[in-house]
Amino acid sequence: MTLDVDNQKIIRQRARRRRWERIGIYAVLIAGAVTMLAPFLWMISASLKSPGEVFSYQKPWWYDWVPTSFVWENYVKAWRVVPFARFYLNSVLVVFLTTVGQVATSALSAYAFARLRFPGRDKIFFAYLATMMIPGAVTMIPVFILLRTLGWIDSYKAVVLPAIFSAYGTFMLRQFFLTLPKDLEDAAKIDGCGYFGIFWKILLPLSKPALATLTTFTFMGSWMNFMWPLIVLNSHEKFTLPVGLAYFQSLHHTDWTLLMAGSLMMILPILVLFIFNQRYFVEGIKLTGIKG
Amino acid sequence: MLAKRFQLKDSMKEALAGYGFLLPNFAGFLVFTSLPVVASFVLSFVTWDLFSPPRFAGIENFRTLFSDPLFLKYCWNTVVLMGAIPFAIAGSLILALALNQTLKGVVFFRTVYFLPTICSGVAIYVLWRLIYMPDFGVLNTLIAKLGLLLHLPLTGPSWLHDEAWAKPALMIMGIWQSVGGYNMILYLAALQGVPRDLYEAAEIDGASRWQQFWAVTWPQISPTTFFIATMSIIGGFQAGFDPAFIMTGGGPNGATTTLIYYIYNNAFVWNQMGYAAAISWILFIIIFLITIGKWKLFAKVVHY
Repeated sequence: MTLDVDNQKIIRQRARRRRWERIGIYAVLIAGAVTMLAPFLWMISASLKSPGEVFSYQKPWWYDWVPTSFVWENYVKAWRVVPFARFYLNSVLVVFLTTVGQVATSALSAYAFARLRFPGRDKIFFAYLATMMIPGAVTMIPVFILLRTLGWIDSYKAVVLPAIFSAYGTFMLRQFFLTLPKDLEDAAKIDGCGYFGIFWKILLPLSKPALATLTTFTFMGSWMNFMWPLIVLNSHEKFTLPVGLAYFQSLHHTDWTLLMAGSLMMILPILVLFIFNQRYFVEGIKLTGIKG
Repeated sequence: MLAKRFQLKDSMKEALAGYGFLLPNFAGFLVFTSLPVVASFVLSFVTWDLFSPPRFAGIENFRTLFSDPLFLKYCWNTVVLMGAIPFAIAGSLILALALNQTLKGVVFFRTVYFLPTICSGVAIYVLWRLIYMPDFGVLNTLIAKLGLLLHLPLTGPSWLHDEAWAKPALMIMGIWQSVGGYNMILYLAALQGVPRDLYEAAEIDGASRWQQFWAVTWPQISPTTFFIATMSIIGGFQAGFDPAFIMTGGGPNGATTTLIYYIYNNAFVWNQMGYAAAISWILFIIIFLITIGKWKLFAKVVHY
């Protein structure tokens, strides 16, 4: 009898402790979410204000976060005043070519490394792995000099070509190919299917998740890439979005409302991609973690 | 005999196919990675402004480097900025622990935390420049209003315009940007891999949550912590160009110029190709040594 009472006491204590724990955890989670979202909310609110309102503050603090009148025109203006549409098109072109190119060459070479036997394979693969730790700063200068010698500076080629060949993409897809069972390929070989047929009809369809992950990451990296386009592009009409945005903000008399509208339009495609492909982001990150 | 000849032919065919599949990527690998590494090494012993012919300089670039006060200052800047790493890692772990519960809304919170990582880049740096504006920026306005509320004379610093505050400003932004990103996801995966019966055993022994964390969780996730820490350090040495270029131009008075920014300036602003290549090799050596150290340390530090 006394034992029962004791037990009940312990159970009640535990339940109470768990409730407080839960409240504490929610407090942490909500504090984190507010911190993460506040700058974005400021960005949205600034993009809808009139230029004079961005830096004027009223008495109750929450008034600052809501524009007095929503100036939707900012978005139209940002599109027109700066050659923003042009930057957007440039970015779309560069990102598309980079992503398609990188996924294609990576998949081809990953198949060679994962499935085919040829002299020197393991040595070449080791060389690929070794270069993954070389900082980009080391190769950046000679590649620039090479492109300059070829007269390719200030062209889309100069942005896209060096980004197409990725040791990392090759490595990631090779690791994935190695996890796939070989039976199907052997069966196809007996049926007289060639190497390209096996690659195209069997391996690639089985590798959709890995390909989607690599595509997502390449797209994101390429869309954000700032330093390299900044180095090789000179004329405004060839700027990608990040370089164009940086150029726009460096001008005198920057209109912050337009700048924020432009920034939001730059973020939007990534946001859409993320919301629909969240799974691939998470998987991709876990893959990089396993590597080390 | 016939079978053997057929086998040879098959393996030949396979090897040819292998080279064929490899070729597109390997050609690019040669032209844009491996040959440039060699070229960069050669370049670091040369002085070249791209316009007059290159001149062999021996180890002059490296000798200048170690007496170049700017180089030493920017090395220091790079290291100081990495002071944000422990805070970022701790933050990632705290968020991951909070998310690793069977609570409602966990997916929503994870998505929100990941936003800054997804959106990072020029747009975010432009936004934070606006936030950090000294007189009319929203951050300093909030600080001043908090001061009014508490009856304290609080005024925010000039952030990016102040030599002493520019680095902390970039660090705070960097933590905001990365805390809910890759590292948090890695921690979350690691936490989900900790066997449940270890916690049950600890609970039977009467261990509190706090004790359970240090006795079970922390040792169990130590490989992940080690991976995150080393990757953050390796990344940290190469970081700092994009935010500094957008937000401070490397200033005030060089306070936010990092190694990579100095390489950029030397190579692409001042046309000192050889000197820039020499700095990039110093960076390479640092990263190489850390990588070797990482392999050696791994066995010692990580408890399983």
